[in-house]
Amino acid sequence: MPVTREGFEPLIVAFCCNWCSYAGADLAGTSRQTYPSNVRVIRVPCSGRVNPGFIIRAFQRGADGVLVAGCHPGDCHYHSGNYHARRRFTILKQMLDYLGIEPERFQVRWISGSEGAKFSAVMNELTENVRKLGPNRKLRDAR
Amino acid sequence: MKVTADKVNSSLVKEVEEISGQKVSACFQCGKCTGGCPVVSSMDIFPHLVLRFAQLGLLEELLHSKTLWICASCQTCDSRCPRDVDIPKVIEALRLLLLRRKGGNRLHPANLSDRVRADAPQQGLVSAFRKYAK
Amino acid sequence: MRRTGVFICWCGSNIAATVDIDLAVAAAKKMPGVVFADQNKYTCSEIGQEMIREAIRTHRLERVVVAACSPRMHENTFRKTVAAAGLNPYFLEIANIREQCSWVHKDKETATDKAIALIRTAVAKAARNEALFASELPIERRALVIGGGIAGIQAALDIAENGFVVDLVEKEPSIGGRMAQLDKTFPTLDCSACILTPKMVEVAQSEKITIFSYAEVEKVEGYVGNFTVTVRSRARSVDMGKCTGCGDCMLKCPVKVDSEFDLGLIKRRAIYTPFPQAVPNKPAIDRENCRWFTAGKCRVCEKVCPAGAIDYSQEDELRTEKYGAIVVATGFDPKKLDNYGEYAYGKHPDVLTSLEFERLLNASGPTGGKILRPSNGRPPKNVAFIQCVGSRDKAKGNPYCAKVCCMYTAKHAILLCEKVPGARPFVFYIDVRTPGKDYEEFYNRAYEEFGATYIKGNVSKVFPDGEKLLVRSVDALSGALVELEVDMVVLANSVDARAGAKELAQKLSITTNAYNFFNEAHPKLRPVETHTAGIFLAGTCQGPKDIPETVAQASAAAVKVAALLGKDSLLSNPTVAEVNEKLCTGDMSCLAVCPYGAISEKMLEERRGRETVRRKVAEVNMALCQGCGACTVACRPGAINLKGFTNEQIMAEVEAICL
Repeated sequence: MPVTREGFEPLIVAFCCNWCSYAGADLAGTSRQTYPSNVRVIRVPCSGRVNPGFIIRAFQRGADGVLVAGCHPGDCHYHSGNYHARRRFTILKQMLDYLGIEPERFQVRWISGSEGAKFSAVMNELTENVRKLGPNRKLRDAR
Repeated sequence: MKVTADKVNSSLVKEVEEISGQKVSACFQCGKCTGGCPVVSSMDIFPHLVLRFAQLGLLEELLHSKTLWICASCQTCDSRCPRDVDIPKVIEALRLLLLRRKGGNRLHPANLSDRVRADAPQQGLVSAFRKYAK
Repeated sequence: MRRTGVFICWCGSNIAATVDIDLAVAAAKKMPGVVFADQNKYTCSEIGQEMIREAIRTHRLERVVVAACSPRMHENTFRKTVAAAGLNPYFLEIANIREQCSWVHKDKETATDKAIALIRTAVAKAARNEALFASELPIERRALVIGGGIAGIQAALDIAENGFVVDLVEKEPSIGGRMAQLDKTFPTLDCSACILTPKMVEVAQSEKITIFSYAEVEKVEGYVGNFTVTVRSRARSVDMGKCTGCGDCMLKCPVKVDSEFDLGLIKRRAIYTPFPQAVPNKPAIDRENCRWFTAGKCRVCEKVCPAGAIDYSQEDELRTEKYGAIVVATGFDPKKLDNYGEYAYGKHPDVLTSLEFERLLNASGPTGGKILRPSNGRPPKNVAFIQCVGSRDKAKGNPYCAKVCCMYTAKHAILLCEKVPGARPFVFYIDVRTPGKDYEEFYNRAYEEFGATYIKGNVSKVFPDGEKLLVRSVDALSGALVELEVDMVVLANSVDARAGAKELAQKLSITTNAYNFFNEAHPKLRPVETHTAGIFLAGTCQGPKDIPETVAQASAAAVKVAALLGKDSLLSNPTVAEVNEKLCTGDMSCLAVCPYGAISEKMLEERRGRETVRRKVAEVNMALCQGCGACTVACRPGAINLKGFTNEQIMAEVEAICL
């Protein structure tokens, strides 16, 4: 990924839960709702599976933005996974803020399996916001 | 009145869509707009047909109709349209298309009678010039 | 390093048009562990699958990555493929380069870069995949059907026919649902009750079916083959064993309230059966309106009951039972017309909804089957039928078409002419949709044989005008303005999901769409399944449909249930949590977050030096664990991991995806 300000293309890593947001991402594909290729999805069984350590590792390895997408509260396929995710990431957001990481870089969204258009819109918005912020230098490993 | 392939979806139709911000293809001619229009009896092309003519590209017929100038923009049709089409906006777009043409001006200050000039409320004069003048 | 094979699919032109497959294959060959990489036009085809099996054998592959469509599409297909070649099916990983790459990106260069990154990620994960083995689970051979309308009834009958026991839960005091409210059904004009009641009686008499009426599902736990469901049977205040259904209580009850079954057009008593052919034909006391329960007075029903069946002390009964499969058949609600003020519904008594008109037609309805104007009790002459009220309405209603209204309006027009000689039906439509067998011919009869006038022009406004109603519209086909004086207006209001559908969906862990209809697993190929294994759908709760489709869907759901309950055992999900007892400190944070109660405490005995010590560790029940992974994050020492999605695997994916 080029790191210069001009023509900078952010790398966005999205953790999507198999039952809702990953299905929503697939629906975006079936309906050909385009979004930037800067976004790369990692499938997890539930948003509650996402360890905050994964988020930090992603930033360390060069991600400029990270998204966690799960089922809408109340609709979690495993009943309560997204509630745990919600609480964990509220704390993680505060921690990242304390570290001086811009809040737009880490987002948590609830996207259902029938919300293909929403998935695409969220990815477009996130990529654009992170592009304006520039590359993530603070958390990135020196390599 | 003939529908031909070049008229349908012509650049003029696209201009109407661009000015009005409405998709003419959304209308399915349910007729709810015409059924509720308070001034429909003075119109020659009914509101639901205005959309139909636009869909088929029959713009010249539309641009010569009385309908464009009768519409009071009361928005009754818009409030009832199940497809969310703002018909007065489409009609306004057609008026603008006409006004923008060479010689399109339909109201000249000289045409106003003395009585109108004396007694008409300011707002009425301004609206009239907005609607009819270039 | 595992010997990995990468198979990149063209999917015809779906992937190949946007992703440079040759470049991807070349890049794959350089990835760590990859000893074989090739491309295929349609990898899911028999030829494609054979290519994979051949490569496994020839190149002694230990891991397989298929870069193609979504794993939600073909993960199972390819798992079977690699299993057939002797590999554990969990040695397969899929890179989604279609739905999440070629179909959503336009630029070939960046799409190819991303596809390569996704393949690299899958390779990194696959290298850390372990062999996983499913275990066998027992199946409870009992089915639950939620909803006692025609869909639930048909499903219950078919499941029972296959030899399984069924519990049928119905919210109202009687089964029958919406079909019991109808008079005649299109296109045959069969009397609805005549075709429904024999089925209702069959359900009641079936040895294998138990009806729980006046009951609702309270809680659902468990998983396919092993659901635990708690049903609340509300207190009827009537002893079902003693009640003979004579009906004396209903005659003497002094309280009159609006009948829900008759949509408020007539009153019922506080002790009531909803309709005469009710099954079970025993009343229930509506405690919210009964004088004894609200004011401590009356008890007339108790006095007049010859069987001594009234029991005011009855309480709600909670019953917990295990089921192997659940069918949801909870039906629909007619749309409320609060934001359609232009039609004067609620402002003039002669403006009715279609279901209200249906009740007028019905012989056991409020007018004994005569069509009479609510305002003056006289038969109407001109009747306006307005279609698409609340349907096909993006602005303030449901954007979808409710499917049944064109047909039932034609039916209403015909029946009006039959019952009121000289009556003139005027149908205001946008389009007339007749998508079934004999439907078009039925609609033809309405205007050819019975003289109904069809006007293409949705009504703009209904004006109450003294005794009459004025309807204003346009005939869009001729261009003529229409102004009609009518005696009655019937609104074909849309089909909404049942109130409470969303709450039920959450209890069952199934999903709903934006309009609260339950989601099917695949709109074309899996119309009666949900994404939750073991839970099936039937009828209008899945979407608006007519009776033939409902019955077909109910039978389809029954077959799925029978197939499930007929298996010897179920294969469990092998991607379950696993505790590393060496790292576990026994603080049980995992237990606190597990939604399935799959974690329990276990005492370990270990030797430390010369001592034997006992310490507490966590233990996972592999049959209960559903593989969500919430425990893995809660565990501070990182002692619990999720097979198939281990911390190491996901970290490897993160590393690879950021390269």
